[in-house]
Amino acid sequence: MEKAMTLRRPGRIKRFLRRLEPAAYLSPYLAAFSLFFVIPFFYGIMISFFDWNLFFPEQTVYVGFDNYYEILFDAGSIFHRYFWQGLGNTALFVVLSVPLLIAIPLFFAILIDLEPPGYRFFRTLLFLPTILSISAVILIWKWQFYNNGGFLNSLLVKLGFAEIPFLIAQPWAWIAILIVTVWWTMGTNMVIFGAGLKNIDKSLYEAAAIDGATYAQTLRHVTVPLLAPQMFIVALTTMIASFNIYGQPDLLTSGGPQFSTTVLMMRIRGLAFGANADPGVATAMAILMGFIMIVVSVVQARYLRKRGE
Amino acid sequence: MAIHSVAKRRKRVSFLILTVVSILWIVPLLWGLATSFKSDIDIATRPTSLFPQPFDLSNYAELFEKPDTPVLRWMGNSLLIATLHTALYLGVASLAAYAFSLLKWKRREKLFWLVLTTTMIPAVINLVPLITMMIDFGWFGSWAALIIPGLGGVFGMFLLRQFFMGIPSELIDAGKIDGLGSFGIFRKIVMPLSKSAFMVTGMFAFLGSWNDYLWPLIVMTPAETAWQTLPVGLSKIASTYNYDYGLSMAAAILSIVPVVIVYMFTQDKIIEGVSRAGIK
Repeated sequence: MEKAMTLRRPGRIKRFLRRLEPAAYLSPYLAAFSLFFVIPFFYGIMISFFDWNLFFPEQTVYVGFDNYYEILFDAGSIFHRYFWQGLGNTALFVVLSVPLLIAIPLFFAILIDLEPPGYRFFRTLLFLPTILSISAVILIWKWQFYNNGGFLNSLLVKLGFAEIPFLIAQPWAWIAILIVTVWWTMGTNMVIFGAGLKNIDKSLYEAAAIDGATYAQTLRHVTVPLLAPQMFIVALTTMIASFNIYGQPDLLTSGGPQFSTTVLMMRIRGLAFGANADPGVATAMAILMGFIMIVVSVVQARYLRKRGE
Repeated sequence: MAIHSVAKRRKRVSFLILTVVSILWIVPLLWGLATSFKSDIDIATRPTSLFPQPFDLSNYAELFEKPDTPVLRWMGNSLLIATLHTALYLGVASLAAYAFSLLKWKRREKLFWLVLTTTMIPAVINLVPLITMMIDFGWFGSWAALIIPGLGGVFGMFLLRQFFMGIPSELIDAGKIDGLGSFGIFRKIVMPLSKSAFMVTGMFAFLGSWNDYLWPLIVMTPAETAWQTLPVGLSKIASTYNYDYGLSMAAAILSIVPVVIVYMFTQDKIIEGVSRAGIK
């Protein structure tokens, strides 16, 4: 401490350089951040006001709110149909998947928190699929669901049941997508809940038991309320991830049958690039989707916070 | 006494349920593994069997021979891309996290929260503008488009900053007294103390890059088969060799095995990282 006090005050130039120091540390990151996160956002808003041509920029025309109008209100437009159908399918997936992706990992996390023999092994195994790529996951699962010699259907036939048309008829196509999604992504939420459960003081459970609460009551009135911070994060991130669903229907059902699993991201991707590209419309759809996601996040955050209090 | 035996019974029930669930969870992978070692006849006649008869390597041989299924090459590509991205990201993000946590300057908190709030903006909005930018930069169809844009990612920088904030200020002061400059403190004090934070952040960056599908699918459209990433390549197998179960499973298993091996050695750190990210 004494030594620090005797340190000489640095000279003027040195002091000036020292003030620039943080900028030197920040500049590589902030350059990438601005270039690939901030600028594209404003650029995207701009594109959405144009009839944008990716490869012949001279053919790009300013159209004002036409893209938005067409998507939202022009019943004769194919983009109108794409958007509402895609949004409807995405919304259906969000509504179906989010409760499952909260309840199932919560249940597993509670079981693991009881620390039965080998609980670490169970956790490792159940978390494993989350580190696999979507294509590997779909390669494995597509053949489970196939009608001709797929694992599940062969098993059903062997047991004397009829085959299930998993990928080609509803509601089976959604069920297949949900099974794959839960299998693949559930692990992250399970581990987050597990961390929350670990922090709960176990004497609270004993107190509840002494008060005559059943195990189910204890879970409902002690455990789940104390998991509010984890519930908040999990509900929000899961909702956002489910809105962004793309790989599962794209690779598993190709959006079928009859476009019933063609989600909004598939439409946006189709219009963003390729033979039918219309980047102006694609960006307008993306901005509308983003806006809806923000609204849902805010509503959800308010609701969860109120319940947590 | 009563409470003790109740706890024991709960453990037993939990063990039973978890055993059943784990079997359900692992069977798809085991079936894929078994199918990859089956002959075509075996696949057709005994589809549900988990034991190949005879044990057959022809699916793997076929995979290596076919010119349009270079799985090992794709794996190498993905490994190289993910490694480069992770190394660059750790460098760039840790320097920023250091400036945002241990250096003192005006408006530090304001700028940090500004960066953090942008994560509220859904990524989908940036998709089309980024494609346009990649074309303008001449990066469309090249690995630069896969390695560089992600360097501005907020999540890992945030994780590192959280960790750096927890470093006791006495240690930083000690470094100053020893005459270290700000970079010396970063290099000799902050970095060695933050090994686990670097590990966790690096793993998230690596897995994110390794598993990315939609972005490489779009920006690598003009590139040849040999330059694709593993997820994109595998998705091509899934659509081209639609009903060749054995070949598809061999490709899937080959791509999964290295990931699972790495996972077995690092799973403690990964799970710890995920739970820490959730607690905040």
